[in-house]
Amino acid sequence: MTRPADPPRADRQRLAGWGLQPRVDCDVYRPGSADELAALLRDAHGRHTLISRGLGRSYGDPATNADRAVVLHTGMDRFLAFDDAIGVVTAEAGVSFADLIDALLPRGWFPAVTPGTKFVTLGGAVAADVHGKNHHRDGSFNTCLIAFDLMTPTGDTLTCSREENADVFWATLGGMGLTGFILTVTLKMLRVTSSRIDVSSTRVGSLDAMLEHFAATDEDHRYSVAWIDCLARGAKLGRGVVMQGAHAEGNGTTDLRPDKRRAKSVPIHFPGCALNPLTVKAFNTAYYAKHGSGRHTEGFDPYFYPLDAVHHWNRVYGKRGFVQYQPVFPEQDGAAGVRAVINKLVDARRSSFLAVLKRMGGQAVGPLGFPMAGLTLAVDMPRGAGLEPFLHELDAVVLDHGGRVYLAKDAAMSAETFRAMYPRLDAFRAVQRRLDPDGVMSSTQARRLGIVGDA
Amino acid sequence: MSETAASPTRCALIVGATSGIARAVAQRLAERGWSLVLAGRDAEALEREAADLRVRHGVGVQTRRFDALDLDSHAGLIDGLDLAAAVLCHGIMLSNDAAVADIHEHRRMIDVNYTSYASVLEVLAACFAERGDGVIAAISSVAGDRGRPSNYCYGATKAAVSAYLSGLRGRLRPKGVAVLTIKPGPTDTPMTHGLTAKGPTATPQTVAKQIVRDIERRRSVCYTPRKWWPIMTIIRAIPEWLFKRTSL
Repeated sequence: MTRPADPPRADRQRLAGWGLQPRVDCDVYRPGSADELAALLRDAHGRHTLISRGLGRSYGDPATNADRAVVLHTGMDRFLAFDDAIGVVTAEAGVSFADLIDALLPRGWFPAVTPGTKFVTLGGAVAADVHGKNHHRDGSFNTCLIAFDLMTPTGDTLTCSREENADVFWATLGGMGLTGFILTVTLKMLRVTSSRIDVSSTRVGSLDAMLEHFAATDEDHRYSVAWIDCLARGAKLGRGVVMQGAHAEGNGTTDLRPDKRRAKSVPIHFPGCALNPLTVKAFNTAYYAKHGSGRHTEGFDPYFYPLDAVHHWNRVYGKRGFVQYQPVFPEQDGAAGVRAVINKLVDARRSSFLAVLKRMGGQAVGPLGFPMAGLTLAVDMPRGAGLEPFLHELDAVVLDHGGRVYLAKDAAMSAETFRAMYPRLDAFRAVQRRLDPDGVMSSTQARRLGIVGDA
Repeated sequence: MSETAASPTRCALIVGATSGIARAVAQRLAERGWSLVLAGRDAEALEREAADLRVRHGVGVQTRRFDALDLDSHAGLIDGLDLAAAVLCHGIMLSNDAAVADIHEHRRMIDVNYTSYASVLEVLAACFAERGDGVIAAISSVAGDRGRPSNYCYGATKAAVSAYLSGLRGRLRPKGVAVLTIKPGPTDTPMTHGLTAKGPTATPQTVAKQIVRDIERRRSVCYTPRKWWPIMTIIRAIPEWLFKRTSL
């Protein structure tokens, strides 16, 4: 029962993204309501710049604001309304996919688009316009989004949808939090009758075979994603396992119960040498050998969120941290782009034990949207000497092939590269500056990429 | 879960329901099948909490207005309710310097943290004693176990609550009413955000789980997290001539 008049208090904390680096000092506010948020916005005006943060799952620096302020949305995590007849839910932006599933799966509703971890808030999902294993068919998060309320940097609240404030709606989707603070989100869930997923796995021996398999079968499966062996090259380059899935048919009651499993945790940072080319090669070879072709049914957790089973899994990379690099390539140049990136990874002995390939369905609508119809690849790389120059080399390869890098994962791109990859930056800036004439919004990433400021 | 099945309609009143610990206690109670009455000053904020509890847990939730400083209104707080438990969670924490500097602010803290507890506890005691059943729980603090130079103004209000509850517990025991004194250690809530010295803080969820467990088991004192029981037992045993020389 603190009085609304209490001045907002910040807590000085050292924050990083999920990749653990860079770690920067930020003044962290944690408002519990829109009124408290408005109060701290008035208080910060002219002193501080601000950026929202949810559960900190973006890999790089978009949810940090070095030597400035961060607004944690985890205190604004209430469900506000749910219509069980049509599966439309309205919740504050701090509600996560895990919360959605806990509350609504037992009633037969699942997120229609979900990222690869359920520890993402709805606000984060809007800000990055996240995608999942069904992008080839259903598109990004915006396709199940009906509307959201945004508190602009000047303190006004705007309801945004495809019909209302449409330019703000699209700038905010993928806008990495720079248009203001997402207060509430209204979205439509997907009707399911079981908590389980029917999966069919197909082992393929090369990238060409994989692309053929995607082309022949993707449309028949709601979900489709492939693990690839990043160490294989030559004729075997791109070999891997395609995992396609659909919600199992169940009885709509007991079948909706999630499988109980206890999350494990990585208690400490592993020593930096734990992941090295030898262990990565051993993992990849074993994984490829273990996964044959076949069909099985598994819980939604292991299918959608395999890494969520291990809390703090990012610590296996040690304190030096890691980056996840995710480019997308347009269809016509996709295979060549993927090949070029994998060859560079193998040459530099930076291959990843988690490499994922999937087809994306369509071009983003928002000016900073990531997707394009084509192929997207995601690889993890431990940080270490020479990584940033290497990432810049990869950026050049991606740019050569007409691709772009996902901002939710980006940690090192240069402002020049960013401008080349996101040619509609000026359209974004026009909306952003109209909403934020005094330059209240900023983040470590936004300054590095020159999205805000005088760049 | 057996308790849930046995008495599906148990109802709990949570006073100060928008506070950090109260929110977590409400979630935990609802998860275990309790229906709830949320009381507090900000009607809109209460309605948000109520909506959240209804969507997440499908339980019945009502709200009603409560102002800790409006003592005359307290008599009507539980009119028409059939309660199996009540949890008092409202409270404020001024920094010691702020309290010492301004006796009016200081008195406001005393009134919110202690006077209003005395008032509401008696309303609850009369009702529960007449029915001969129920649990009355109230949030005190480990800060009330010993006065420390850095936080004795707040601590004194909580010491008063602890002493009050201790006496009330003895009085109501023959009537079949349990009284639970809740003593949380530093907890990560909006009240303490940015204030507590760096050090480990408990999550409201951890604290709430133990509070609800002790309510359901009709315990007397709930140190939470549990480690605070041995720590405070030792700290309470330190003689004053030595305690005044420490910087605990």
